[in-house]
Amino acid sequence: MQTPAPLADYVRATSVADAIAQLEKYGEDARLVAGGHSLIPMMRLRLARPEALIDINDLDELKSIKVEGNEIVVGAMVRHREVLDSPLLFEHYPIFRECEKVIADPVVRNRGSVGGSYCQADPSEDLSALGSALRGSVVIQNSTGTRTVPMREFHFGPYMTQVGDGEILTEVRFPIRPGAGSAYEKVERRVGDWAVASVGTFVVVKNGVVEDCGIGLAAVGAEHFCVPAAEEFLIGKAPTEENLEQAAAMAAEGCNPSSDQRGPADYKKHLAKELTLRALRRSVQSSQGA
Amino acid sequence: MRFVVPSNQAKEPDMQVTMTINGESVTKECEPRTLLVHFIRDIVGLRGTHWGCDTSNCGTCVLWVDGEPVKSCTILAAMADGREVRTVEGLEQNGQLDPIQEGFRECHGLQCGFCTPGMMMTGRWILDNNPNPSEEEIREGISGQLCRCTGYHNIVKSIQWAAEHPAENEVKA
Repeated sequence: MQTPAPLADYVRATSVADAIAQLEKYGEDARLVAGGHSLIPMMRLRLARPEALIDINDLDELKSIKVEGNEIVVGAMVRHREVLDSPLLFEHYPIFRECEKVIADPVVRNRGSVGGSYCQADPSEDLSALGSALRGSVVIQNSTGTRTVPMREFHFGPYMTQVGDGEILTEVRFPIRPGAGSAYEKVERRVGDWAVASVGTFVVVKNGVVEDCGIGLAAVGAEHFCVPAAEEFLIGKAPTEENLEQAAAMAAEGCNPSSDQRGPADYKKHLAKELTLRALRRSVQSSQGA
Repeated sequence: MRFVVPSNQAKEPDMQVTMTINGESVTKECEPRTLLVHFIRDIVGLRGTHWGCDTSNCGTCVLWVDGEPVKSCTILAAMADGREVRTVEGLEQNGQLDPIQEGFRECHGLQCGFCTPGMMMTGRWILDNNPNPSEEEIREGISGQLCRCTGYHNIVKSIQWAAEHPAENEVKA
């Protein structure tokens, strides 16, 4: 039986400011809990042993999906299911729906949150591949103010992010790119599992040329979930099968997967190339300028 | 097997939790670390909710919190404080089985019965959101839950049966 280690305290935050005040009060041994679907399993395995939990489920200010200027803003407490069902996100980037559909299962998606997924920072996190592909950013707040961190600078490594003690990730922002096509590809051993490999891409085609693109990869050891060289290769070129293949090969080349129970490293590298190619093809097809 | 705190870790319960369970307000003491599945089974005493894999995979512990199915091994009882919980015992209303329960009986939707409470709670929720789901939608809906007896075939049929036989004045938690 797995039960979390004893917790000294559990409190409900009433606002973002209150959550930060509680974090400061309890210090480095406190953790925020949102959906809890990463943290509580970690606590049961004693991989996480917080002294106090600060529950942010009541923070309605973190629960909206909206457009602000030329960005889509997703609150940290938005659940996976809401991302999956959001017409706004789908309208701009079909990748959101494709990606969410393969994250965990419907019951887990009812609880798991966007902010929680990013802060857990699992190297196989699908939303991290998506965020890196779209070159999103996160907003982190502490008692002195807020700062915006590009998604591609957010992770220090597996399970390590820029969110420090006394800080809360409040929202994730994605730039709007008119005419962008996007897609997500994942290979998993069974429904709801972490990826063996997964790749998300967006492409903007204008006048027969790739004007902009993004490639995000999870579970294959890509630093910051991306391989910029592959994107740079494709930008400015025609989206021919040959060029897409070359970009996919470069993306795979930039990965450093490890062999584990989900498969050997060379297989994961093969997947990184093949899934990048498939996602790029579909992104090009759905780009409105194509 | 009951949830027992090893004696060397035993300590007094130190928080009070109040939640509405199947329409009734319940107040009990527990530790902050107590998982909701253990709270419901061992402190409240409702054993219909099963405790399975302990790893958020099998889904036999699914119950509803504020109208949505949740794997109760992956949420603390404290997190359900002040919320509305509905368990498999709350499917039956005024002595009448819910159509989902009738469906499992009619279509032989269980063999060993271990996954059944979670399957029924998710099945009820699927139908509340989509009264006429396709087979694919049902299979997707229960994809976070494991059954080692039926191959899922009769579970899908049971949920379809319930869709075809809605109760009059269906009560929703």
